[in-house]
Amino acid sequence: MPKVKVDGVELEVPAGATVLQACEMAGKEIPRFCYHERLSIAGNCRMCLVEVKPGPPKPQASCALPAAENQEIFTQTEMVKKAREGVMEFLLINHPLDCPICDQGGECDLQDQSVAYGRGGSRFDENKRAVTEKYMGPIVKTVMTRCIQCTRCVRFAEEVAGVPEIGAIYRGENMQITTYLEHAAKSELSGNVVDLCPVGALTSKPYAFEARPWELKKTHAIDVMDAVGTNIRLDSRGRQVLRAVPRINDDVNEEWASDKTRHNVDGLVRKRLDKPYVRKDGKLVPATWNEAFAAVAAVQHGGSVAALAGDLLDCETMFAGKALVEKLGGTMLEGRQTGLAYDVSSLSAVNFNTTLNGIETADVILLVGTNLRWEAPLVNTRLRKAIKKGAKVFGIGPQVDLTYKVEWLGNDASLLAKLPQAVVEAFGKAARPAMIVGGGVLAKDGAHGDTLALVETLGLIKEGWNGYNVLHFAAARMGGLMLGYATQGGIKAVAAASPKLLFSLGADEVDYSAFEDSFKVYIGHHGDKGAHAADVILPGASYAEKAGTYVNLEGRVQRGEKAVFAPGDAREDWSILRALSEVLGATLPFDSFEQLRAEMEKAVPALGQIGLADYGWPNNLKDLPSLPTGASGEFGSPIKDFYLTNAICRASPTMQQCSAELIHGETFAEAAE
Amino acid sequence: MADAVHIPDEAETRARWGAFAWTAENAEQAKKVIARYPAGRQQSAVMPLLDLAQRQVGAETQTQGWLPVPVMEYIADQLDMPYMRVYEVATFYTMYNLAPVGRYHVQVCGTTPCMLRGSDDVFSACKNKGLVKGGTTPDGLFTLSEVECLGACANAPMVQINDDNYEDLAYDSMSAILDDLAAGKQPKIGPQIDRQTSCPEGGPTSLKDMVKENHDYRGEWA
Repeated sequence: MPKVKVDGVELEVPAGATVLQACEMAGKEIPRFCYHERLSIAGNCRMCLVEVKPGPPKPQASCALPAAENQEIFTQTEMVKKAREGVMEFLLINHPLDCPICDQGGECDLQDQSVAYGRGGSRFDENKRAVTEKYMGPIVKTVMTRCIQCTRCVRFAEEVAGVPEIGAIYRGENMQITTYLEHAAKSELSGNVVDLCPVGALTSKPYAFEARPWELKKTHAIDVMDAVGTNIRLDSRGRQVLRAVPRINDDVNEEWASDKTRHNVDGLVRKRLDKPYVRKDGKLVPATWNEAFAAVAAVQHGGSVAALAGDLLDCETMFAGKALVEKLGGTMLEGRQTGLAYDVSSLSAVNFNTTLNGIETADVILLVGTNLRWEAPLVNTRLRKAIKKGAKVFGIGPQVDLTYKVEWLGNDASLLAKLPQAVVEAFGKAARPAMIVGGGVLAKDGAHGDTLALVETLGLIKEGWNGYNVLHFAAARMGGLMLGYATQGGIKAVAAASPKLLFSLGADEVDYSAFEDSFKVYIGHHGDKGAHAADVILPGASYAEKAGTYVNLEGRVQRGEKAVFAPGDAREDWSILRALSEVLGATLPFDSFEQLRAEMEKAVPALGQIGLADYGWPNNLKDLPSLPTGASGEFGSPIKDFYLTNAICRASPTMQQCSAELIHGETFAEAAE
Repeated sequence: MADAVHIPDEAETRARWGAFAWTAENAEQAKKVIARYPAGRQQSAVMPLLDLAQRQVGAETQTQGWLPVPVMEYIADQLDMPYMRVYEVATFYTMYNLAPVGRYHVQVCGTTPCMLRGSDDVFSACKNKGLVKGGTTPDGLFTLSEVECLGACANAPMVQINDDNYEDLAYDSMSAILDDLAAGKQPKIGPQIDRQTSCPEGGPTSLKDMVKENHDYRGEWA
């Protein structure tokens, strides 16, 4: 714990801290471009120069200088001021003065720091350098003349995303940042380089020339594209969400967001349901709310009512749906749309028990039937961190490129019962062993039981450590399970009971041919598969248009706010259900969102507490549900196309382009060769 | 200036060089080079291997060789490196050619000492022989490039042609060298004037007695 003095104030800093970090701890602002907390240190922008004693009588780059005992650091001296002005002037030599047409304007580090630390004018009157634009795929727009070669994007691609395709070619003044041979960066995290870029060289292609940051309303929300529950900020203007950017939450998404999270928002204004529809003579025709409600009220259900929940739902909507179904005399609730029917008697047996932060510290990891890169890209970055610390990864399932070295054991479920000796030995020696069970496993009979049986064999439970993890990829899944959206036998059982009245709460992945006899009421926001099959459509709100509680795959309860209003006649889902309940003569006991939330918290207290929910992992392993075992055969992949997994993505032109270019473009090219 | 050098069409180079592999001799040499570095640090061998590959390509095409993209990828695979990292190295150093060159790669130094000593004359000699900066002559013999300091300032102006330096040039001597090369003759390597390497012109100017014997100067020191 070295003691240093920053501008005369003595403080103690952790061992291994840099001078820059010491200055930050002292509350001093150190300007920087290349330094980033989550990336390796490059030390090439020179903006963070400070004066350090003892040391050579010249300014030193604080980001790359370790803080040492009895160091005296000066951040406000004349030398530092002149050094910053000099660096700033050099950086601006080749930087174009095109701020008025630059998308970074208003949130540009270079702009801000040149105002704060620059000398206010340039003595350079030679020609400026110009660099041709580079192609980096459908997400990232490049204006490379603006690049100041901080190499943050290069380090991000290599260290965090794990696709070392971005690099700096040529040298000196000719140095250019580009992707390898200008092919699109094949990463589901490529959008993050836009946030990392301190200037306007890498900007968001779909958001190009859309808005200035100061005209946007910023709303804190929770992402619903996967089950990680990425904390996001929705930037909206008027009634439209223009972009989604990640918020920092070290427990969940750190500082990153996947491309799907960032760029589904243009799907929020396309293919929207903005008025109620009623099916007449086999065709859906626009109707008023009253007509639509009357059509539902006319159904003689006699208590045969069921509800299916979609993947993007908030807990409040699911709770309101559940309350209505129960009030009408129904019991069947299901959220696992694709027909999964795994046992949910213990929620801890279907939870990501290690937690997202915890998986970083695992030392041996077994992946079973999962493509982490598609099911939860941000969990994959956590695994990369674990591997950097020396973790070893084994995999059972379809072989995919996860951006790190995995020892694939084969794609055969029967391997779970007879793991190779090397794996058992590695787990035997491990202090923090972990297993990640993907959607492919839950879909296979017996495989879930096989993995639970391994908890004891592989010693996944240690003091203060639970290494058993199930990886969901639907944002509504854990919340749905907590609210009881699971019927014994899954959706097949619901279909077999053939409910007279079926509420589809944004359920777009369901095979509705099994529900031909049911009167289907679709409450959702997009004209997707669910709406096509419906008899009555009640237009609802998407995740950006309602406040809500979400539970992520590790059981973390989080809340998002409402950013904009739903389009046209669409309403927030809970209010639709409340209004409909009155027409159906089963009035729900809440008149406002706050009352609904209070009711929900009364029913499921865990949903009222922000943070990790406790599912009560049994003290004795014998108390784990005993499930059938003995699975065999290959694991399938539940996600066919990363960019088109839900109704919002399917409506988004950006996601469609990503899919065409990054997923299908590649296979087409291979087929042509 | 900042634009990329013209890298030949990718599909074409892939068709021509996609099947690149070391010759038996070079494979042996590559192994030796990689063995110089500790296991796990084999990436350090990237520069010698790129040079080796460029020479092999040169031998195959009867030129000074260049680095087609598939060849870089071949080396990246051998060293277990991302393609981009190899590409960065190859683009960083001017000694690696990213486009085909002629049989003689004439690299004229244009940095200040050479310029002051008459590198402009050397360039005009090249120009009069039909060499164009950054281009190859139609007969495929010469490629002319202007390079930065090659570290022979004492013998300025100088050029490097293939692996040899030709120093203390003037318009005439440069023209003669190019004529000789075109005629298939080997011109004299090194200084083109009466001078041994970088020693003073016309013999030593100090310690003259040392030329004949190991003269003991100590008695002459006052």
